[in-house]
Amino acid sequence: MSEKKSITIKVNGISHSLEVEPRMHLGDMLRLELNLTGTHLGCEHGVCGACTLIFNGEAVRSCLMLAVQADGAEITTIEGMALPDGTLHPLQLAFHEHHGLQCGFCTPGMIMSLVAYLQDNPSADEANIREALSGNICRCTGYQAIVKSALSAAEVMRGETG
Amino acid sequence: MKSAQFDYHKPKNLNEAIALLGRLEDAKLLAGGQSLVPMMNMRFVQPAHVIDVNGIAGLTQMSADVSSVTIGAMVRQAELLRSKVIARDLPVMAEALRCVGHFQTRSRGTIGGSLCHLDPSAELAVVAALYDAEISVQGPGGERVIAFPQWPLAYMMPSVRPDEIATKISFPLWSDPPGYSFVEFARRHGDFAIVAAACLINLDSSGIITKCSLSIGGADQIVHRLGNVETSIIGHLANEEIFEFAGDLAGNMDTMDDAYVSGAYRKRLVRVLCRRVLKKAVERTKSGGQA
Repeated sequence: MSEKKSITIKVNGISHSLEVEPRMHLGDMLRLELNLTGTHLGCEHGVCGACTLIFNGEAVRSCLMLAVQADGAEITTIEGMALPDGTLHPLQLAFHEHHGLQCGFCTPGMIMSLVAYLQDNPSADEANIREALSGNICRCTGYQAIVKSALSAAEVMRGETG
Repeated sequence: MKSAQFDYHKPKNLNEAIALLGRLEDAKLLAGGQSLVPMMNMRFVQPAHVIDVNGIAGLTQMSADVSSVTIGAMVRQAELLRSKVIARDLPVMAEALRCVGHFQTRSRGTIGGSLCHLDPSAELAVVAALYDAEISVQGPGGERVIAFPQWPLAYMMPSVRPDEIATKISFPLWSDPPGYSFVEFARRHGDFAIVAAACLINLDSSGIITKCSLSIGGADQIVHRLGNVETSIIGHLANEEIFEFAGDLAGNMDTMDDAYVSGAYRKRLVRVLCRRVLKKAVERTKSGGQA
């Protein structure tokens, strides 16, 4: 039963080859096998959004994908957002400046969702941002500051400020 | 580790997948995984075998001609939402897709997965009912084509045999492009709808309803077409009075109770949403309902 499978996966530009049990989901694989604990696991049934990451260019829930399904894929996690010299991504900076996080549990999912969303919708307005974040739950009731952070980062990413 | 143990299979083509389905006991097909994986994570389902159909070429094509749009079962919801063909020929599907989960789940979720999972609130099932879509399934005996009225057998139970796999869904287009609308009521954006309604409508030059399709999801165990409402309003002038009448008639349908929402509340939603969806569809006809 449940024979292990070999997979090769590129995470934040680094290639990894490993053996995984088919039932291990992608989020668990990152955390337990690669020690990339920046991807947070909340509900593990696709509702809370904390485990969101970029899979072949698109935002996905890493708890709803099996690690074996990611064989050959390119993945970006929160650990891949800052530049190698430590310079934070505009979204990370904006969350820092506008108090976009309190406990920080939902933050990686918020940021990875927004990276994907703003790439496709650079001129998103507040209503768009709220809809885009409807699949990410914050339990510190910090949505006002999160939306403010997102709008501010969007401006920077469009090259208007910052 | 959330899911129970299973064996993982990744067939390269349809024949291999069908052979696996025939050979393996207790196997589940894995499409986008946005419903199956949560159910496995919560151990509501514990299949012995998971057959991942993501590697099968030929299930991800889309084609369109003057009379229909055909969508491969493994076309992702996000791709449908980006598609110019869908925006042009099936705008009501695009409207419905914006309510399907979140963009982070639409990136994986597929149309075939949604129709085979067959949650009665699923927006894509409501659209399939609206068009009498035809679902092609492939099994050891070849292909069968099932029209949507025959697709749901019971709650979350599509008319697909254990050794068959859905391959494509065909949406017959109306000869006269209809006014359209999709509306739903949910607690939060992206949640499953408590009730969803969709409508297609044609009017003649004097504003009389000549053709109408109305479908309802979430209200009952399966998605329904409201044939009685459709026939009762055809031949009438599309005005507020007829929207009220249609809503009241629709509100008589059987509705289900569950732990969160009563059948009576669902009936009320059916009434209100039918009225709204008709009105909006009429506004989007060429004449805008102004005779």
